[in-house]
Amino acid sequence: MTNTLLIIILLGLMAIAYQLGVRRSQKVVGGPSGVRALHSLPSYYGFFTALWTGLPALLVLLLWVSLQSGVIRDLVVSDLPEAVRSLPDAQLGLVINDIQNLAQGNIVSGEVSPAMEQASAHYKSLQQTSYAASFVVVLSLAIMGLTFGWRRIAPKYRARNRVEAAIKWMLVGCSTIAIFTTLGIVLSVLFESIRFFQIIPISDFLFGLDWSPQMAIRADQVGSSGAFGVIPLFVGTLLIALIAMLVAVPIGLMSAIYLSEYAGSRFRAYAKPLLEILAGIPTVVYGFFAALTVAPFIRNNGELLGLDVSSESALAAGLVMGIMIIPFISSLSDDVINAVPQTMRDASLGIGATRSETVKNVILPAALPGIVGGILLAVSRAIGETMIVVMAAGLSANLTANPLQSVTTVTVQIVTLLVGDQEFDSPKTLAAFALGLLLFIVTLILNVVALHVVRKYREAYE
Amino acid sequence: MLSVTPDTAIAVPASVIAAGFSPVADESRAINGTVGDITVADPRMTARNVNVYYGDKLAINNVSLDIGKNEVVAMIGPSGCGKSTFLRCLNRMNDTIDICRVEGEIRLDEQDIYDSSLDVVPLRAQVGMVFQKPNPFPKSIYDNVAYGPRIHGLTSSKSELDDIVEESLLKAGLWDEVKDRLDETGTGLSGGQQQRLCIARTIAVAPEVILMDEPCSALDPIATARVEELIDELREQYTIAIVTHSMQQAARVSQRTAYFHLGELVEVGKTDDIFTNPRHRLTEDYITGRFG
Repeated sequence: MTNTLLIIILLGLMAIAYQLGVRRSQKVVGGPSGVRALHSLPSYYGFFTALWTGLPALLVLLLWVSLQSGVIRDLVVSDLPEAVRSLPDAQLGLVINDIQNLAQGNIVSGEVSPAMEQASAHYKSLQQTSYAASFVVVLSLAIMGLTFGWRRIAPKYRARNRVEAAIKWMLVGCSTIAIFTTLGIVLSVLFESIRFFQIIPISDFLFGLDWSPQMAIRADQVGSSGAFGVIPLFVGTLLIALIAMLVAVPIGLMSAIYLSEYAGSRFRAYAKPLLEILAGIPTVVYGFFAALTVAPFIRNNGELLGLDVSSESALAAGLVMGIMIIPFISSLSDDVINAVPQTMRDASLGIGATRSETVKNVILPAALPGIVGGILLAVSRAIGETMIVVMAAGLSANLTANPLQSVTTVTVQIVTLLVGDQEFDSPKTLAAFALGLLLFIVTLILNVVALHVVRKYREAYE
Repeated sequence: MLSVTPDTAIAVPASVIAAGFSPVADESRAINGTVGDITVADPRMTARNVNVYYGDKLAINNVSLDIGKNEVVAMIGPSGCGKSTFLRCLNRMNDTIDICRVEGEIRLDEQDIYDSSLDVVPLRAQVGMVFQKPNPFPKSIYDNVAYGPRIHGLTSSKSELDDIVEESLLKAGLWDEVKDRLDETGTGLSGGQQQRLCIARTIAVAPEVILMDEPCSALDPIATARVEELIDELREQYTIAIVTHSMQQAARVSQRTAYFHLGELVEVGKTDDIFTNPRHRLTEDYITGRFG
């Protein structure tokens, strides 16, 4: 709360600093008419002053906030009675929690002892001191920065270069956030997976044919020791992805061909956005469409034909996933088909080829690498898709190629392993991370191959 | 169809010729406002009163022109004058543009090519087209040339197809340069070679007329000279209509020249006459470089 106020004050100061900078820059050259004598435009001097006002102060505030709680905690702990201080870490943490709750007027877990009362008062006062100190330090830093920046303003001062450098570093910062986040995710998954592979050998995981991750959590519990063979999961995943691609590739590709080569401009103007609405449907909606509409439909019709169809069949999940991927394929294919130069079409039509001959003999071969790249991207999307399969594909890890049976996928298993109360040192839970890592590697490889193919295609005409 | 014969050729008043140029007298603009004789004794294609609209915009206004057998007709004029549009009417390439509408009559050997019963596919085989930018398919040189014969089913055996490919490349003057690498991709050739490959691809389907839309504008002078030579050789077997921005090129390769201006055919005549003795002021201004 106090920090919000501080930040608002800082922003106000920055606005004032901007105005002051602009004014001073005009003043040092003798009014707005002398602006040409300035190295940079007045607004750059304004931004320059504002940056000096805001940036150091905000950085210090950030640092303060991140260190504050740790420092206060240590100070409070050092004042606690020896008996409490020597408690194990976990229990000490509980005591600190209680003190914090007490200080904030929340409900406390146990009896409130006088020592705790005292500690909480101490905690409160420390916190207030910290806030007050941060207020003073940050604001004085801001004023100092403002004065410093303001005094630097001179006609020859290169404010634009400074401001642009600051902006460049901001951009660098933003792009590294994305990179470090990815890195962080990969590393966290990787370390958990390594813990898993210390319990279950990696060869059992990669080549095992059985998946039943039930582990006895307590020693006296009756339960299997668990089998962590990933093959049935990947077969299920690939089966569903295959069905999805069998639906999505022909329909998506052909609709792209129709839209880009045959359809009139008016039809295209309506049909393309409508097709892309499919991409905007949340996957969870596809999920219950698959589970409640498509799966029963397939089972009923299968029974009419005398087939034994499971109520949660790979076919239902795959069909609906395929429908979900259609706009993905069609818009990617549409892009690459449109990228085929008009001169290719002219050349073919000019010899007397029909439109379909032109599509078949010239446009599709020329666009094929791009289309293949798009399909590979779609495959990695199908493999990683979760919601539809959670709802429609089932949980039994059957090792089967029969699309009428229920199968399970990697993503479904990750969800079921991590839903509910879990122990984070049981192989059952850790298996989720190993599955995630494997899934990540597979889709990464697919994406790299796909991007490589797409990029190679781009060079074909230039 | 207007009955225009060489006998009705316009007599130009001697005074006009003596003056070198003049705002043309009314009687010399007898046919559609075009100066000069639009007809030839032995026409392969005849266009009469052709109007072309892009949407509501009139791009070509009442153009009539004959293209004679074994002659090269050059169409010149400033950018946007409609010469390429007119050329594209001759094999109905304008059909591929949604908003384009063609009125009037264009005949190929007495067959109205805009007749609703006519199929555009064989027409385009009879009237081939070479485009401004060399546009070989990203296929092998062999497949580029064999493309037309294959889709039209002109051959029944591989050796027959081989013969057509070789003959077309020979006619296009490219055979010696590529005969050892027919399976290499056509886009890997130089610009001039690519354009000759496109010409070979066009003549592989044995057209009667070849339309060329600024075929040398993307080529260097040496490649241009090579293509111009080729055009002159091809004239013996084919009728050629060429759109060009280079007046020197028109003078070098054509027998007749047609000058277009703002969608109208202003003047047409023997190339030598047009360049030495233009009769319309606009033609004169254009070829002497006063505008365009």
